[in-house]
Amino acid sequence: MSDIAIAVENLSKRYLVGHQSAKRERYTALRDVIGREARNFVRKTVDVVRGRQIIQGDEVEEFWALKDVSFEVRQGEVLGIIGRNGAGKSTLLKILSRITEPDQGRAILRGRVASLLEVGTGFHPELTGRENIYLNGAILGMKRVEIKQKFDEIVAFAEVERFLDTPVKRYSSGMYVRLAFSVAAHLEPEILVVDEVLAVGDIDFQKKCLGKMEDVASKHGRTILFVSHNMAAIESMCRSALLLDAGRCVAHRDTSLVVQEYLRNVGRVSATPLDVRIDREGSGDIRFVSMSLEGSRGSEVGAFRCGAEATIHFVVENRTDRELRGFRAAILVENAMAQPVAVLDSWLLGHEISGLPPGRASLRVVIPKMALMPGRYQIWIYSTVNGVIADWIKNAGIFNVESGDYYGTGRLPSHSEVMVLLDHRFVVSEENSAERERSAQNNL
Amino acid sequence: MSDTNVTQDLIIERGRTERHYWRDLWHYRELLQVLAWRDIAVRYKQTVIGAAWALIRPFLTMVVFTIVFGKLAKLPSDGTAPYALMVFAGMLPWSFFSSALADAANSLIGNANLISKVYFPRLIVPIAAVMVALVDLLISFAILIALMLWYRFMPGWQILLLPIFVAIAFMVSLGMGVWIATLNVKYRDFRYVIPFIVQLGLYVSPVGFSSSIILDQWRLLYSMNPLVGVIDGFRWCLLGGESQLYLPGLWLSIGVTAFFMWLGVRQFRKMERSFADLI
Repeated sequence: MSDIAIAVENLSKRYLVGHQSAKRERYTALRDVIGREARNFVRKTVDVVRGRQIIQGDEVEEFWALKDVSFEVRQGEVLGIIGRNGAGKSTLLKILSRITEPDQGRAILRGRVASLLEVGTGFHPELTGRENIYLNGAILGMKRVEIKQKFDEIVAFAEVERFLDTPVKRYSSGMYVRLAFSVAAHLEPEILVVDEVLAVGDIDFQKKCLGKMEDVASKHGRTILFVSHNMAAIESMCRSALLLDAGRCVAHRDTSLVVQEYLRNVGRVSATPLDVRIDREGSGDIRFVSMSLEGSRGSEVGAFRCGAEATIHFVVENRTDRELRGFRAAILVENAMAQPVAVLDSWLLGHEISGLPPGRASLRVVIPKMALMPGRYQIWIYSTVNGVIADWIKNAGIFNVESGDYYGTGRLPSHSEVMVLLDHRFVVSEENSAERERSAQNNL
Repeated sequence: MSDTNVTQDLIIERGRTERHYWRDLWHYRELLQVLAWRDIAVRYKQTVIGAAWALIRPFLTMVVFTIVFGKLAKLPSDGTAPYALMVFAGMLPWSFFSSALADAANSLIGNANLISKVYFPRLIVPIAAVMVALVDLLISFAILIALMLWYRFMPGWQILLLPIFVAIAFMVSLGMGVWIATLNVKYRDFRYVIPFIVQLGLYVSPVGFSSSIILDQWRLLYSMNPLVGVIDGFRWCLLGGESQLYLPGLWLSIGVTAFFMWLGVRQFRKMERSFADLI
């Protein structure tokens, strides 16, 4: 007998998505609105009569969330699944957990499957911790006897003994996540499918969960499929990984190679000019059109330097016909391991950007002294107008930071895990001398 | 065969009907219990009088109906049975049906978070909703017993057949509930249809009055409403010989019930696999 636990052949999944038609005008005549609504109504009615799904919007498009994905997983293997947002990771897991069915291809699973696509699925806020353990356990497919047996273990792992009889709506978010994960961690299926559930919870607990999962895989020979954005977690847990991109399986090899490829891949997307990006969200009242880097003298540069002034120059387009007020722009900076390291946000500064005329304008984000360590960074752009998301682009762009003279000594930390540089100084003074100085000043 | 634990391969493919669906459903019966228990446990949290609501509501409705139909409109009761008792015997299956139907129809949408994140035979969700209504029905029997003691009314041997009519009421609620729940997932319009059905149903079903006031030539047609058979059955069981059982109507009601059960389950099974995509 073969020891293949999961065999996936040409798995594909299609969705239909609707769009509002491309032209969006601010002032539309009532006649046009009525016409459009009438057309939509007729289409929807026809759909209902034919028993088809209703799709909002007036243009319908087919979209393959997953296309011809094939792979095999041996029993006892921990396979990492990585890919950008919308690459099809969650769709794959949903198919393997029998939540949705594929349109083409098939998958063969050998053994009891349990899936953990969300922490605390079915938790009810009004019920107590104790009640929720039974509820969540049953939902995840545990028998009551099984839960009873492991009850103490679950409670101990979650560290919520004192609050067992408190409704979970009174729990802190940390306690909630701990309890929810703890129930799931005590599942005993042959195949465990885990979506990005560790992204929540504090670092210590995340480590504890990872440890528990590793334990489960190595000791009990359980097969695990594991999706995460945390490359460090993927590298430490999985020997091999699968890279998905736009619904296709791009690589399935050694984890470290796949992670490298993923990071290159992210870089390539981020290199796409902003104005042709369509994977953006928001009302579109404002659009980020292009991005460039400027160095200390306002000249365009290919990379920033540590310690030097750095400016990200955006060209934004106000697509309304009036001057925009109440505009907030935020830039999230992630390092190469996809960990967020900084955020540049006009809201944090209490700076409400106003006076953007219709048409194009320049928006510069000035960082007086670049404090990031040399390396490659990518940014996410998030912007709102009067609280409504206007333009939101993930992996919008990349920039490199080259080593520079941050401290004026020509030296930089050699430790590779250091992420940011901080201004600091060391002050030496005799004990009590500070006090003496102060009293001396008072006497003056 | 070197495998120590012989587990069956699970094959996932488009349109593949699960061979062991009904066995699976049985396998997940604990989840059914837990979901029903959750809905009951949660319902009266943070209320002052708690489960007493389950008694007060039907009691007050009964009082109002007795006054309006019995005292003001002076409609006849079944035989010599007190009007209040006759109303209540009809209200038991009616309130069971109306809450079961409404809850079952909204159950899939209400549990969307479960459906889009975990696998289990989806039929469990509407069944659990109907189970909750069944528990309410059992609670309401307490009022019935109190009423019978008050009126010193002794039911006959027919009461032993009551479980049959409870089962028919269960089927009719489940069948229609499952069918509407399925449609509701795809077309949310049905969310607004249900309150309407329930409101209208109260008047076209013999809840506040006896079905004996319907003219004989219309009686069979009237029994197209499956609730007519169920309510008449309840009254026949509970009021003993005082209420006559109209057999052709009963058979017709059972037939309609069976049709809805078939329709509901068939539609449900057909759509079930795409619930997670549509919800």
